[in-house]
Amino acid sequence: MFETAIIAGAKIVLTLITLLTLVVLTVYTERRVSAFVQDRVGPNRVGPKGLLQAVADVVKLLMKEDIVPKNANKPIHDLAPMISIGVAMSTFAVIPIGSTMTLFGRQIDMMIADVNIGILYILALTSMGVYGITLAGWSSNNKYSLLGGLRSSAQLISYELSMGVSIIGVLLISGSLELDEIVGKQAATLWGGIPAWNVFLQPVAFVTFVVAAFAETNRLPFDLPEAEPELVGGYHTEYSGLKFGLFMLSEYVNMIVASAIIVTLFLGGYAFPWGEQFGLSGNSLAVAEVLTFCVKTGLVMFFIIMIRWTLPRFRYDQLMRLGWKVMLPIALANLVVTASILALMNWA
Amino acid sequence: MVNIEVVLFVVLAVLFVGSGIMVITRRSPVLAVLYLILNFFALAGLYLTLQAQFIAVIQIIVYAGAIMVLFLFVIMLLNLKDEEKLIEKITARKVLAVGLSAAVMFEILYIIWISTPGIERDVAKAEELGRVEAIGKALFSDFLFPFEVTSVVLIVAIVGAVILAKKKLD
Amino acid sequence: MNEFRLSDLWIIAPFLAVVLTSMAVLILEGIRRNNATASYATSITGLVTALGLTAATYGSADSGFRDMVSQGAFATYFSGLFIVVGLLTIVVSRGYLRRQRWQHGEYYALILSAVSGMILMASGTDLIVIFLGIELMSLAFYVLAGFFRTKASSNESALKYFLLGAFATGFLLYGVALLYGVTGSTNLAVISSKAGSLGGDPLFLLGVGMIVIALGFKVAAVPFHMWAPDVYEGAPTAVTGFMATAGKAAAFAAFGSVFLKGLAFTGTDVNLLLAILAALSMVVGNITAVVQNNIKRMLAYSSVAHAGYILAGVAAGNADGQTGMMFYVGAYAFMTLGAFTIVGMLEGVDGQGLTYGDYTGLSGRHPAAAFLMAVFMFSLAGIPPLAGFFGKYYVFLAAVEAGMTWLAVIGVLTSLVSVYYYLRLVVEMYFREPATGPDSHPAPGSMAIAALSAYAVVQLGIYPSILLNLINGRI
Repeated sequence: MFETAIIAGAKIVLTLITLLTLVVLTVYTERRVSAFVQDRVGPNRVGPKGLLQAVADVVKLLMKEDIVPKNANKPIHDLAPMISIGVAMSTFAVIPIGSTMTLFGRQIDMMIADVNIGILYILALTSMGVYGITLAGWSSNNKYSLLGGLRSSAQLISYELSMGVSIIGVLLISGSLELDEIVGKQAATLWGGIPAWNVFLQPVAFVTFVVAAFAETNRLPFDLPEAEPELVGGYHTEYSGLKFGLFMLSEYVNMIVASAIIVTLFLGGYAFPWGEQFGLSGNSLAVAEVLTFCVKTGLVMFFIIMIRWTLPRFRYDQLMRLGWKVMLPIALANLVVTASILALMNWA
Repeated sequence: MVNIEVVLFVVLAVLFVGSGIMVITRRSPVLAVLYLILNFFALAGLYLTLQAQFIAVIQIIVYAGAIMVLFLFVIMLLNLKDEEKLIEKITARKVLAVGLSAAVMFEILYIIWISTPGIERDVAKAEELGRVEAIGKALFSDFLFPFEVTSVVLIVAIVGAVILAKKKLD
Repeated sequence: MNEFRLSDLWIIAPFLAVVLTSMAVLILEGIRRNNATASYATSITGLVTALGLTAATYGSADSGFRDMVSQGAFATYFSGLFIVVGLLTIVVSRGYLRRQRWQHGEYYALILSAVSGMILMASGTDLIVIFLGIELMSLAFYVLAGFFRTKASSNESALKYFLLGAFATGFLLYGVALLYGVTGSTNLAVISSKAGSLGGDPLFLLGVGMIVIALGFKVAAVPFHMWAPDVYEGAPTAVTGFMATAGKAAAFAAFGSVFLKGLAFTGTDVNLLLAILAALSMVVGNITAVVQNNIKRMLAYSSVAHAGYILAGVAAGNADGQTGMMFYVGAYAFMTLGAFTIVGMLEGVDGQGLTYGDYTGLSGRHPAAAFLMAVFMFSLAGIPPLAGFFGKYYVFLAAVEAGMTWLAVIGVLTSLVSVYYYLRLVVEMYFREPATGPDSHPAPGSMAIAALSAYAVVQLGIYPSILLNLINGRI
């Protein structure tokens, strides 16, 4: 009992530190990639190749004065960024980054919490994330903030649907809500040696899910809640200092988590298919798995960043039309087709 | 040694009832919604102590995550101000209403206190029943018909909402 | 308990026909706007088909979907009644909506979904199905009550109905949950098999009490009747007629499913509780109706009173009570639907022409309408040989048989009170000179329906055995 608590605590601390470091790296990568896309140099002054620029930014945010508008609702103004970051961080708890590792004579699962309804847990938390943004927008008592908050709640609700429906397609194929098992199912190979990743089995669901994930993380081309030309800064217009930093942080954490979920659900997760060929087992296999997971997640993140700097933003009505009239019907059709095929296969 | 289940129950129940009272006493609609969300979380926690994990998560996804966002959305869109009391007086009717409600409440509490539950407590079975698989099977076998009818009910609700709320029927 | 069978679909065939028609109307509306005629024709076709299916299932007795729904004389009788009333309402509404300049095909879809909910209330053998039926019907009613969205009275009606109805739903669910907690099932057969040993269990009785409150609200029995006058007054008249007849009949079907067929209480405190509700409804409904000046409100309070009479049959709890209740509900449906049809026909676009004064000298301006209205009023007052008389007769007889003579006495006395306000309308129409009456609109559809209803009222008054045989499954 006590031991389990210590192990869980260690895992949580480790994950948090890793996530925070990753965010700093991601911010740096994003700026470098954007510079590359726009044919400029990007951060290059602080540290070698500008690597410490992000660190300097963090320090700057910590030192800045925290300004709360006079007519803002103070408690909720404080609460909103906490909700955002809390939700973003805790989503990672159920994502498996490897199978098991043996440390100090103990089998340790490579995820924080092994809940048998992992996917539902993720859906529940993402549906909570909207509150941070909405409340931030409302409590600031500023029309741009409010508009940003409103846009975001409408957007998140709209895309949550197609997200959930495309996940059901994956569930039908894996027959489990446990992320670990979903990864396990993808470790097999199909005819011709293609890995049985869900991206091949559920290509339509993959597309709808990825689009919905963009919308859920408020990334371009769906970053309407904070569209600078229209809304100043959107929901975080009235935030500064640490609280603004928390919003930034949660946005990047969300991006990392979304990439991790995409990898887990569709791209085979941590599964390392050639373990036997390389003669890997035990801890070395676990390390290989974690590396696989990290590389895949990194690639997905790179993809997300590239999208941001190459695509223009949607108009608001286009966004809604896409969500309700395109993504949702496609996701539903995919669900019906998948279910019918599975039913036919079971019947035959 | 106090049973941890009892502790959990007491904490969640206090949170549940307390946030419920906060919901109906707040003047700001936004605050009321926030307490209602807290209330749903406490309820989800209570479901968890009953081993009904699926219902607990659905409670959060559907109620706390979707329905309350819509509430908040509407409240923010209408830019509702804090409620003002229309009538401050205590009338005989109000006193009667409170008295009657209290009487009914104590009656129900007393009845629950003196009666024995008809269903036996069986944690293993509850855990079995709370799983997604069990609920899915029940929905598509024993409760197939009500499940399908529910979809009709929902369609009627949606159609009705559109009819009543659409700007222009043409 | 077996797997899903195709024959299960046959058991719910009328329900399926109505639901599918409702969906078809919605799709039709989506494809071709402003084509209420197509929706109208589709609705009529669908309901006639459903009626045919109901007739075809007459006489068979089976249950399906794992004992969720059943066939039988009770379900068939009520389903047929709902479908017929739905048909008549749709025909009446066509002209009414045109006169009120509010033609929208969704109206028909909502009427159809209400009918489908009612069918479930009569054929469900599981509290969940009955609950879903009630919700399906009520949701459609809430919207229909507020269908004239630009009229404040219609909005008020819808909002009041919705808020109070949602509250009643809470009671119903709480009651079902308590019964489930005590017996471990929502199936009426299972609950009633355990009711014997649990009869006195306070938790069980609490659950039953909650269900009585919820159903009492739906039939508008005193003291749960407060919504009825405002809702009936504000809703479009054609809808009011539908709510007051089919809606009430459906609520009594649910009462019957739960308390007569399902739990089968006799001679218990539950029957006494129902009897008290019945007596209160008769007294309050009739006395309040006397002081009304608006015809729709008068009919609303009269419907409260009639809920009391019908409830007396449920309270008696014996076989005669069930037959009486079913007969009364059928007779009441025709006379009230007829009355509301006439009221809707004479109503002006802006809600004028609804007071007693507007009916003064109607016999001169519109003799046919006045005559039909008089027939309905006489029948509602319970004057022989019209259908209303026999309804009361059977119900009171059952009450006396069940040892509730006091209830029958209250019923007879309050009926005398009701004669006053029903005949007041007749006096206005025939024995007063018209001051300036509103124009009467030519409405052949409404007149035909009213005439048909009047024919039914007279026919059932002279040969009540037609309906009785149907009720007892003897055809």
